[in-house]
Amino acid sequence: MMGQERSLSPSTIGELKEIAARYPEARSGLLPMLHLIQSVEGNVTNEGIEICAEILGISAAEVSGVATFYTMYKRRPMGEHHVGVCTNTLCAVMGGDLIFERLKGHLDVGNDETTEDGKVTLEHIECNAACDFAPVMMVNWEFFDNQTPDSAVELVDKLRAGETVQATRGATITSWREAERVLAGFEDGLVDEGPAAAGPSLAGLEIAAERGWTAPSVDEAKVSTGSTGGADATADTKTGAAEQADTSRAESETKLEESPADTAKEGEDD
Amino acid sequence: MTVDEVSTGSTGTAPVELVTLTIDDVEVSVPKGTLVIRAAELIGTEIPRFCDHPLLDPVGACRQCLVEITDAGNGRGFPKPQASCTIEVAAGMVVKTQVTSPVAEKAQRGNMEFLLINHPLDCPVCDKGGECPLQNQSMTHGQGETRFTEVKRTFPKPIKVSEQVLLDRERCVLCARCTRFSEQIAGDPFIALVERGSQQQVGIYEEEPFNSYFSGNTIQICPVGALTSADYRFRARPFDLVSTPSIAEHDSSGSAIRVDHRRGRVMRRLAGDDPEVNEEWITDKDRFAFSYATAGDRITTPLVRNPETEQLEPASWPAALAVAAKGLAAAEGKVGVLPGGRLTSEDAFAYSKFARTVLRTNDIDFRARAHSEEEAQFLASRVATTSLDVTFGDLEKASTVVLVGLEPEDENGSIFLRLRKASRSGVKVVAIASHATRGLRKMNGELVQTVPGQEPVALAALELGQDAIFLAGERLASVPGGFSALVAAADKAKARIAWVPRRAGERGAIEAGCLPDLLPGGRPLDDVEARTDLAAAWGVRTVPARRGRNTTEIFEDTRLGTVHALLIGGVEITDLPDPAAARRALAKAEFIVSLEVRESEVTEVADVVLPVAPVVEKPGSFVNWEGRVRTFDAVLHEPNSLTDIRILAGLAEELGQPLGFRTVAQARAAMVELGPWDGARVPVPTVGPDTTAAPKRAVVLDTWRLMIDDGRGQDGQLELKATARPAVLRASAATLKAFDVDPGGMATLSTDAGIVSFPTEVAELPDGVVWAPANSGASLRAALGVGYADHVTLSSGSTDGQVTA
Amino acid sequence: MTDTLTPVLSADWGTDRAWTLKAYKQAGGYSALETALKMAPDDVIAMVKDSGLRGRGGAGFPTGMKWSFIPQDNPKPKYLVVNADESEPGTCKDIPLMMATPHTLIEGVIIAAHAIRAKTAFIYVRGEVLHVVRRLRAAAREAKEAGYLGTDILGSGIDVELIIHAGAGAYICGEETALLDSLEGRRGQPRLRPPFPAVEGLYASPTVVNNVESIASVPSIVKNGIDWFGSMGTEKSKGYTLYSLSGHVARPGQYEAPLGITLRELLDLGGGMRPGSELKFWTPGGSSTPILTAEHLDIPLDYEGVGAAGSMLGTKALQVFDQTTSVVRCVLRWTEFYKHESCGKCTPCREGTWWLVQTLQRLDEGQGKDGDIELLLDLCENILGRSFCALGDGATSPITSAIQHFRSEFESGLHTPSRELFPPAASTLFAPQTVGGK
Repeated sequence: MMGQERSLSPSTIGELKEIAARYPEARSGLLPMLHLIQSVEGNVTNEGIEICAEILGISAAEVSGVATFYTMYKRRPMGEHHVGVCTNTLCAVMGGDLIFERLKGHLDVGNDETTEDGKVTLEHIECNAACDFAPVMMVNWEFFDNQTPDSAVELVDKLRAGETVQATRGATITSWREAERVLAGFEDGLVDEGPAAAGPSLAGLEIAAERGWTAPSVDEAKVSTGSTGGADATADTKTGAAEQADTSRAESETKLEESPADTAKEGEDD
Repeated sequence: MTVDEVSTGSTGTAPVELVTLTIDDVEVSVPKGTLVIRAAELIGTEIPRFCDHPLLDPVGACRQCLVEITDAGNGRGFPKPQASCTIEVAAGMVVKTQVTSPVAEKAQRGNMEFLLINHPLDCPVCDKGGECPLQNQSMTHGQGETRFTEVKRTFPKPIKVSEQVLLDRERCVLCARCTRFSEQIAGDPFIALVERGSQQQVGIYEEEPFNSYFSGNTIQICPVGALTSADYRFRARPFDLVSTPSIAEHDSSGSAIRVDHRRGRVMRRLAGDDPEVNEEWITDKDRFAFSYATAGDRITTPLVRNPETEQLEPASWPAALAVAAKGLAAAEGKVGVLPGGRLTSEDAFAYSKFARTVLRTNDIDFRARAHSEEEAQFLASRVATTSLDVTFGDLEKASTVVLVGLEPEDENGSIFLRLRKASRSGVKVVAIASHATRGLRKMNGELVQTVPGQEPVALAALELGQDAIFLAGERLASVPGGFSALVAAADKAKARIAWVPRRAGERGAIEAGCLPDLLPGGRPLDDVEARTDLAAAWGVRTVPARRGRNTTEIFEDTRLGTVHALLIGGVEITDLPDPAAARRALAKAEFIVSLEVRESEVTEVADVVLPVAPVVEKPGSFVNWEGRVRTFDAVLHEPNSLTDIRILAGLAEELGQPLGFRTVAQARAAMVELGPWDGARVPVPTVGPDTTAAPKRAVVLDTWRLMIDDGRGQDGQLELKATARPAVLRASAATLKAFDVDPGGMATLSTDAGIVSFPTEVAELPDGVVWAPANSGASLRAALGVGYADHVTLSSGSTDGQVTA
Repeated sequence: MTDTLTPVLSADWGTDRAWTLKAYKQAGGYSALETALKMAPDDVIAMVKDSGLRGRGGAGFPTGMKWSFIPQDNPKPKYLVVNADESEPGTCKDIPLMMATPHTLIEGVIIAAHAIRAKTAFIYVRGEVLHVVRRLRAAAREAKEAGYLGTDILGSGIDVELIIHAGAGAYICGEETALLDSLEGRRGQPRLRPPFPAVEGLYASPTVVNNVESIASVPSIVKNGIDWFGSMGTEKSKGYTLYSLSGHVARPGQYEAPLGITLRELLDLGGGMRPGSELKFWTPGGSSTPILTAEHLDIPLDYEGVGAAGSMLGTKALQVFDQTTSVVRCVLRWTEFYKHESCGKCTPCREGTWWLVQTLQRLDEGQGKDGDIELLLDLCENILGRSFCALGDGATSPITSAIQHFRSEFESGLHTPSRELFPPAASTLFAPQTVGGK
């Protein structure tokens, strides 16, 4: 398209097309395609942008707009491993800030920079949905829970030394590129490693087990409610739903549904 | 003459359903579907806005136009202020704008403050200063003092999104008008929003600049000074400019433009707002290509060839006119007239009357391009005197629009934009062409793949539903049987036809009678009543009845010596179907009078050169492809710059047969008085297709002129030309292989006349067909003497010393 | 009375290899699907509607109602999209669910797709959770191999294809229309509404977007009935849900309980705050929900109860902070998050968060200026309800609520850095007073 020689192999191009073909409309494949580009190229390269544009029949500027919108896409070559330290509020307070500072010093890199040996790219990341395990680190997007500055240093040293490392809740660490391939939609056979759940994920379950608590049985439920009919309190109209919905987000969504364009149809929904 | 200046509108429009609502305590009824922001305009309330643009889909992004809606029409109000650019009116709706709602007023003021915190305070040096919606609206709806004392966002400045368009990112308010225009209107999404959040910005992909034929529109709709043109940047202040509405002269669209000049010098051109024609868009060519009129080769005084030195020498107007008159008189009855296709209607009318009453000849033809008798018959039977049979608006209402011999994106950008808009709402575009161009893909069009020259077959095979429209380009004249088949196909489908010439003056020249056998107002030469009617109107005893020569015949008979003298307007020799033959004729002509703006191949050999005013320096009108009269006044008033009318009137007086008018206004009055012919028309052409076999080892040439190419009208616009599409030869892989051409490598086209080389690009053309641009890097007419549907030889590589595109 | 904790979704998280089809089937999995496939689609919708299940992704919109909005006379294909982009700070319930028992979600997907007559469903999972993506993909593959997905599911004649789609890092994609744009391969920026996704969603076709927990709750309702579901929770907030406890508590984690439990009850279950710790402030449902304090320990954590206290139930992400924590620091960090995640589309959110961060940074450094607090409040007023989507609204919640409850701490920001008032080390998991205490 832009004329220079291609380094992406025919098999990669075949896989890119395969991704696009998974979707009812090919452009939906762009995010996973860019993940695959990263797994092959080590970052989102110009060639990768051009080939995605070509396969999807969109402009390279449009691909570029997408590639720069999402934080997981990198425009600079990445280290072998991506090490993320959550410094969103809760993890930061629980120690994420100190871990991140310690790692910057230890690795002698700043945020979003790669160590001289090319092994580790360090980045502070936003909430990764493991707040009950705070402070949390991610290596190639695998969970490393309840970290301390010392454990973090130990972790990155092992990664740099090429030692085998396993995620707290996840698989043996491979590499950032291999992780990107999984995100692109290609299984790597590691699904059965690691636990189903651990630690805090099981807190409530364990307490319930200790105390013999369970969800009611169907029979108990009948006794306790003493009714067989519908739920009287359930909102049955958009208005009711809007009144019941509690967050401002819900409110904004439901109130919008009351907009004039929609009112003509009101009442058909019951 | 025949065409109304005011559109008669479409027939049978359904009555508009009105919705009544209350805005700022004022009850107003507006058409259903109107957005609140525009309903408010109707009661005189301007709600501030940035992202809103009437021709772009609503987006609601800038949040400047927030209003309170206390009743959405259903008895309930919105809990939060709403973006009035995204909300349609509803019966009973109650809207409170900044005028009556403190909530709306504060929302707008707060939003304006947000927009300004990261906006630089460089208005004094910004191109937009003085005409800036942000500047203006911050004066009316903002606050004088800023509370923001922190660090502003900065970017290294500026970015070239193309050679023509520059972007100062820190000025951008991210309204996305430019990116939405390029995606929704032009279909060239080479600019896009990139990055995210406070780092979001407009960007290009670094190796693919914003080379869109319509890129300049983004500069015009930018509500701040973020997008500027390389051409105008830092050149003027809006309040120093004088603005004059005008009409674009680079194609037959009749697009409304605005020309801004300062102290006698045009500084820039903008799109005018004409919903029925170009809406608010123009092509980059119409916007940026205006310096041709001030090029160094502009002729400023009459020139007369000194018989002794054989050099052209400056002369006074009376002297030059006297010499010209004398030379023409000497050739009485044997003068050919070639006015060219770029004249205003009034100028063309002067040529027509001059030829028929002063020179007493019908040897007049405006066509400085491939042409045929069949075409002339088609134009006389189906085009002349028709007016608004097919309009821009009709293209949006058609079921199908069939393109034949026309590539709108290159040849008439305004039609392209309207067709693209139409295609987005379901109109089917069908192209009878050799391949699906980018333009056709952007119109979501369907290709009826046709070898150039085989259009009659394709037209005969078309099956169309009701309400179809044919748009036929002038290239169809190169195809024997093309116009005949077009008429037959249209009549079969009860479809309408519009003829779309490339040049701005061609449609007007037909009405003015600048075809040999077609008198003004569509009067057939062969019709004695028509001749009598015309003679009466013109106050002459008769108009000549002998059939006239067309362009090719005029040159041929000049070479043969039966035509002695030539009166030539704006004609480029390399545009002609056979430039070599034309040159031979010019060499043979006994006497040549040239009316030109700039030096040309004709002025080089002319005996008398009479400088004429370029469009910017004269009033006039163009008749666009719709048959719509597009009148304009002079932008610059140069007393020494004369119209063709004034010069021809002077010549006529010198020859003792005054034209009866000397000014544009007088000519226009004469045209109106003459009016259209209401008698019988000439019959439609019924020419059969060409059945001669193709020469061996030859390929069929498909070609047209790219919008931005080597045309002289674009001279002096380096930035514009830098955005041109690359000159490549397109052919199928099989064709290239058959002629041993490497895909992507160089290929050579040759004829007996010469050779020309292009890099190649594989495209899905029929085997044995190649496409090459007509005038990008090399003029195919000049180099090869061939054009559309002609045969050429294809070979591999390029050799030193030959013309290379 | 129902028990205090009622594990349903989490009941099998402790099972060996719970993520496999085998384990899920052993626990009775896919029996609800068999029931649902025998029901008419509209009956499934009615059942979910009547159950009172409300969206668990933060908005609380009735799930069955959302399904009923799909215009079945629209000839275009219908789509089901599961919002598994769990990114709201503090929220950590969907990720463990999908990691442990992805089949629960997939069974719900198939039932929901059957109900709305979608032949294609998507799970849009955030990209930053590799192992969850693995588990989902493997589960989808297993389900397809077993005939639960694909064509003619269990001989019912119903076809459902499921596509697991990994995102690429953008909080805004949790907003349903931004998610749809992202799923179409575009920048994840919210869309104008109307049209609503139910009418013109993915590929401009009728689309339901539901949160993971909402969809995963459906099999239990089909299996046990609406009375069973309604026997848990409150009148208007029916059923059970996952509460995620994090921060300075003795036992952080997932607690599945009937809607309406209080934070005090939840804390008591796990031994209260960490040793030596006093509750200072907490979020009921992620960072976009206004913070609450110790005085709100006894409000029922249901949609109405939290709303009445001036906040929102949100995602039930209970982030708990103790007396060692600087509220200014926390608010600054959250605001930095919103600035980082603002999509850039609309002015108030894009520019407002930029300005808020700079003002808060000043206060955090002890270099605030007179009027900064009023400035913050005024900026929030100019953002709240003026932005294009709820992200901007969410950005104002921590600021306005923190100033409401802890104004003096912001006033201290005029002269004293937060790190001096609240040394960060004392707040950490590994702070001396908590070592060995977790």
